Amino acid sequence: MSGLGRFFKSLFLIELFKGMRLTGRYLIDRKITVIYPEEKTPQSGRFRGQHALRRYPNGEERCIACKLCEAVCPALAITIESEERDDGSRRTTRYDIDLTKCIFCGFCEESCPVDSIVETRNFEYHGEKRGDLLMTKEKLLAIGDKYEKQIAEDRAEQAAYR
Amino acid sequence: MAFEQIIFYFFSAMVLLAGVMVITARNPVYAALFLVMAFFSSSALWLLLEAEFLAITLVLVYVGAVMVLFLFVVMMLDINLVALREGFMRYLPVGALVAISVIAMMTMVVGPEFADFPIPERKGPEYNNTAELGRILYTEYVYPFELAAVILVVAIVAAIALTLRRRPMVRKQNPDQQVSVRKEERVRIVKMDVEKR
Amino acid sequence: MIEFISSLGLPAAVETVVIILVKAVAILAPLLLAVAYYTFAERKVLNYFQARVGPLHIGPRGLLTPIADAIKMLFKEIIIPTGANRFLFLLAPLLAFGPAIAAWAVIPFDYDLYATDINAALLYVLALTSFSVYGIIIAGWASNSKYPFLGAMRSAAQVVSYELAMGFALVGVIMAGQSLNLREIVIAQQGGIWMWFWLPLLPLFVIYFISGLAETNRPPFDLAEGESEIVAGYQVEYSGISFGLFFMAEYANMILISLLTSLMFLGGWLSPFEGIPNLEEWFAWVPGVVWLLLKTAFFMLLFLWVRATFPRYRYDQLMRLGWKVLIPITIAWLVILGGAIVAEVGPWFD
Repeated sequence: MSGLGRFFKSLFLIELFKGMRLTGRYLIDRKITVIYPEEKTPQSGRFRGQHALRRYPNGEERCIACKLCEAVCPALAITIESEERDDGSRRTTRYDIDLTKCIFCGFCEESCPVDSIVETRNFEYHGEKRGDLLMTKEKLLAIGDKYEKQIAEDRAEQAAYR
Repeated sequence: MAFEQIIFYFFSAMVLLAGVMVITARNPVYAALFLVMAFFSSSALWLLLEAEFLAITLVLVYVGAVMVLFLFVVMMLDINLVALREGFMRYLPVGALVAISVIAMMTMVVGPEFADFPIPERKGPEYNNTAELGRILYTEYVYPFELAAVILVVAIVAAIALTLRRRPMVRKQNPDQQVSVRKEERVRIVKMDVEKR
Repeated sequence: MIEFISSLGLPAAVETVVIILVKAVAILAPLLLAVAYYTFAERKVLNYFQARVGPLHIGPRGLLTPIADAIKMLFKEIIIPTGANRFLFLLAPLLAFGPAIAAWAVIPFDYDLYATDINAALLYVLALTSFSVYGIIIAGWASNSKYPFLGAMRSAAQVVSYELAMGFALVGVIMAGQSLNLREIVIAQQGGIWMWFWLPLLPLFVIYFISGLAETNRPPFDLAEGESEIVAGYQVEYSGISFGLFFMAEYANMILISLLTSLMFLGGWLSPFEGIPNLEEWFAWVPGVVWLLLKTAFFMLLFLWVRATFPRYRYDQLMRLGWKVLIPITIAWLVILGGAIVAEVGPWFD
């Protein structure tokens, strides 16, 4: 473009008005905000949220204390101690996940041979004091009991891809 | 009437106080701010004299522009206050001499003529002193006025000429050229055949 | 109202003060409400520009948000840094806020609706808007901190530069209106939308608004704040209501600039349908204040629109724009305007 044309283009603020026309279109455009607590976006069955420990339908806990999850955890968030139970099986005496360390990569879930440690869809949790986010075995089992139906459904749905 | 007098004495006191503080304040930023206060108070006094154009121009020019630049410079100075204060007694006679001569000059120019100056009549609300000022400035005093303008222009040109240096080694961006760049000048699109394996 | 006060039989001095106070409250109360809701409107409108919905949880449709903000600011602690100059640090917000509201004293809202009607109203407004920079400079210096000081320096140079362009634009208005009185300037624009000064003074109109953006430290000229490079500039050390006063001063100044632009270039309270058959009669019942407020609202929206659209200027570009573009254009147009007035070019100057 010639120098003169450029001069008039900048003198009459052509480009600025073009920019304002663009933003002006968005002013009257449809708004796409999801108003969160009232509205929620759909979740995938693979969503990786808060952790849970599962049980078999007869009430026996699944975890066999193989410590694969502890080994694979990249953030070193999992701590496991185990002992022989009275019936001779190996079980955990301590199963801690420090949620302040956890990066929600899902490796623990992948590594588990018995589908015991899983990540639920729940991401709306909080801690009010120090230690609330250190999940102990009891807490994790309780979460598992609470969401078992949804966890089982999600696993069944995704089973073909695992 | 009493109300106006209260205002007059209040602002007169402010002018005097601020004036004294300008020269006694240790901190130069304080001194500059007191000068602003002095300008403001004297502008209020001019408003009482119904010289609103002059009053507002005083604020606009001196407070709004000149003192902003003053503060700008004074705030950036790194002044050693101790070094400033020593030698006060040595310079006192010179300072006093200058002050006395200024006062003498002012009394000679202003004194005898205005000592028994009649109190001017109060003009009605229709009287527009802005227009009167313009009329007198562009008729009776047009040559001094134009002369002042020429002197100002000379001062501007001189100031720019003194500070304008050509520095060939400095690399600068030219936003005008930057925004006028077009795709054709910068990008070459090359078409290449797919390599045979 | 004024008759009522005079009927009370107060002493003359007291009566003057009471009348002044009543007038001040009559202007300031709506102004402060407008400032509060302008902050809300800014959040809402900026959100809309970004395809979001903005605040909507406090009160119906979020309408109580500014009230909640005000309460929050009032009850927060004012923290004074140890190295700060205590007196000036606390004085600065007042110096910013005082001129921002004092300028409203001379604004006419309708043909016969004004607090004061002084001859040099335009100069008065210009003087006070230029004074508002002191709040920023003193805040930056008194904070005794690096970023505020940088912000103050930027602001000082910027405001002095853009004041010139603004002043020259106003000279054009004064020439066209043949008066320094805001009421007479509006009255000079009578005769329909094509007689308003926006058309004969089009470059000055645009430049006045651009300088207004710079003078109020609004994007794209908000280098005094410049959060991406100097955090928040002169506001860094301020908290609670001392920050709130800066905030309110900025918004009051924005409303003032919008109002002045509509008074000087868009015919103030004059109806846009003046001189058009039928339409003029249909809209004759609308009071002038409504037209004025509508025009003001348009410019207030423009402030936000500009903020939503343009990125911040670099400082050398800002100075280049002010000194090498805006001021030459205004001077050139003043020469053209002077010629047009002398030659009595119709329909504006005959």
